Amino acid sequence: MYYLWVFLIGGFICMLGQMLIIYTNITSARILVTFVLIGVILQAFNIFAPISEFAKAGINVPIIGFGASLAKGAMSAVKSKGLLGAFTGGLEATAGGIAAAIIFAFIFSLIFKSKTK
Amino acid sequence: MDETKRNEAYNRYVKAKIPKTKAWPSLFNSFWVGGVICCLGQGINDLILYWFPSMAEQTAWAYTLIVLIFLASFLTGIGVYDKIGKFAGGGSIVPITGFSNSITSPALEFKHEGIIYGIFVKMFTIAGPVIVTGVVASFIVGLIYIFI
Repeated sequence: MYYLWVFLIGGFICMLGQMLIIYTNITSARILVTFVLIGVILQAFNIFAPISEFAKAGINVPIIGFGASLAKGAMSAVKSKGLLGAFTGGLEATAGGIAAAIIFAFIFSLIFKSKTK
Repeated sequence: MDETKRNEAYNRYVKAKIPKTKAWPSLFNSFWVGGVICCLGQGINDLILYWFPSMAEQTAWAYTLIVLIFLASFLTGIGVYDKIGKFAGGGSIVPITGFSNSITSPALEFKHEGIIYGIFVKMFTIAGPVIVTGVVASFIVGLIYIFI
């Protein structure tokens, strides 16, 4: 049953992105940056966890979740490492995703040829 | 013809030529495609937790995102993701799969400029700003949390 929430909330967030595209003509880089910032802010005010409780993948799969785990990483690393945690926490928490994106992009860009010519 | 008048005429011309996306169908498409991608993520996450019941929730999420990133990168490579993108707009950009696509797509496109200046440099045309924003913002949040 929770798949319905995942679908509705995830779809709604993506629709917000599409609204930004239609009404402000912004580029996809700006959209991604905006949503990462939204995620960081939601996490900073501890609003992300209660939403994630019932939205699950609906908010973790959109790039908002990426922003939230950056902020979450920094917040928890600060507790254990102090100032150093503010530097390392964010990237540490998201290293898996960033590395995966880089590694797969590298492999597939070597294998495949560009179709959009 | 004076300059402002000419500019006005030109702006009208440009406005008429810009392809118009019909608002409602594209909103609907981005909604359901985005929703389906999120459900796919939830499905992967549930499967991982089903196979490895002892795994921590956070670890399972990390694997889920990696699987989604892999799928999106592969679909970009075979040219399918760009077709989804044309159809779904925001529905394909906002999920983490859009982040993956934004790295693979320019890497593929500029492959002919060589491995270092093509693939390595262009990979980060969109992902770079995203990572910079994220790192700077998370640093600020961490800094604030030291003092409260």
